[in-house]
Amino acid sequence: MPSETGKGCIMTKLQRKILYFLLGLCVLTPIGILLPMVFDAGDAWGEWSATTLNDLIGYVPAGLEKYSNIWNAPIPDYSMNNSDPSVVHQSGYYIVSGVIGATLTYLITLLISKLIVKNGD
Amino acid sequence: MHIPDGYLSPQTYLPLMGVFVAVTAVAIKKVKLDVSARYIPYLGMAAAFSFIIMMFNLPIPGGTSGHAVGSAVIALLFGPWAAVVAVSVALIIQALVFGDGGITAIGANCFNMAIFMPFAAYYLFKLFSVNPMKKTRVFIAAFISGYFSLVLTAILTAVEFGIQPLIASDAEGKALYCPYDLSVAIPVMAIEHLVLFGIVEGLITALIVRYFLKSDPGLIFALRNRKGMHHD
Repeated sequence: MPSETGKGCIMTKLQRKILYFLLGLCVLTPIGILLPMVFDAGDAWGEWSATTLNDLIGYVPAGLEKYSNIWNAPIPDYSMNNSDPSVVHQSGYYIVSGVIGATLTYLITLLISKLIVKNGD
Repeated sequence: MHIPDGYLSPQTYLPLMGVFVAVTAVAIKKVKLDVSARYIPYLGMAAAFSFIIMMFNLPIPGGTSGHAVGSAVIALLFGPWAAVVAVSVALIIQALVFGDGGITAIGANCFNMAIFMPFAAYYLFKLFSVNPMKKTRVFIAAFISGYFSLVLTAILTAVEFGIQPLIASDAEGKALYCPYDLSVAIPVMAIEHLVLFGIVEGLITALIVRYFLKSDPGLIFALRNRKGMHHD
């Protein structure tokens, strides 16, 4: 990640600390797949796949079926290989997804806010 | 709380997409006026934080899972309009790259988590921080802000889910989109966020605000405004 602030000077001590904190959080993200597994918790409410919904209510709503595959995400469910049964591998995919997603989010937000704030001067 | 594709009817997701676009246009103007250049790197980090914190799925044992959003702390630290921009970016990346939240539901999800939630959090904090100079008071107000803003956002999301059977059913009475009505969606979403996810959002909000209060109190938007310090 770039180490410059909006004014072009070196990152402050606080910003550096936040960056390390965020990297630490990325490494810990597999907690987000392990805890639900350990406590036998399923999908978030309202976020079931068409197949799971069919198991729950006995049919797939027609509109839901039409829209549910409208988009093929490049890294679906934060995993490069959803059929890989290894929890360790899935944890690795999850961390990599977290780093990719967080970096993209960081850079795009930085770009957008630089464009917005610069124009305001 | 990321509504997938197919759960909302076009009658629901199209208006919410419109509201999202309109509010984002206002947010860009507000950020231009209110946000100083020294906030820029923090905004990028705030957006990244929101992205990462949403990956920490927490279980209701034997039930569903859910997570904190991070919108509350971003709204308190950098202002609700900046939070609109930061959290929207995180949500759009989640939808486009990771399929978390639907493409058609981007407007709805951003409306809930990136617009409603930061404003709810900001005004809840204002309401409860009577004396912002006392650290415990700030901590408690920040917790309340995070806790209730997430619970209210969950209820808003539940309303969007729950009105679908009223809007669109086929001739046999089968739902076309989300099949659960308000009487199911609201209690489930409210309770799971009241008992677990809201507490996590509240703690994250309070702990991070406390950290900033120690390290760089002048940065905290929600406290700066109260003292009328608009010097930068």
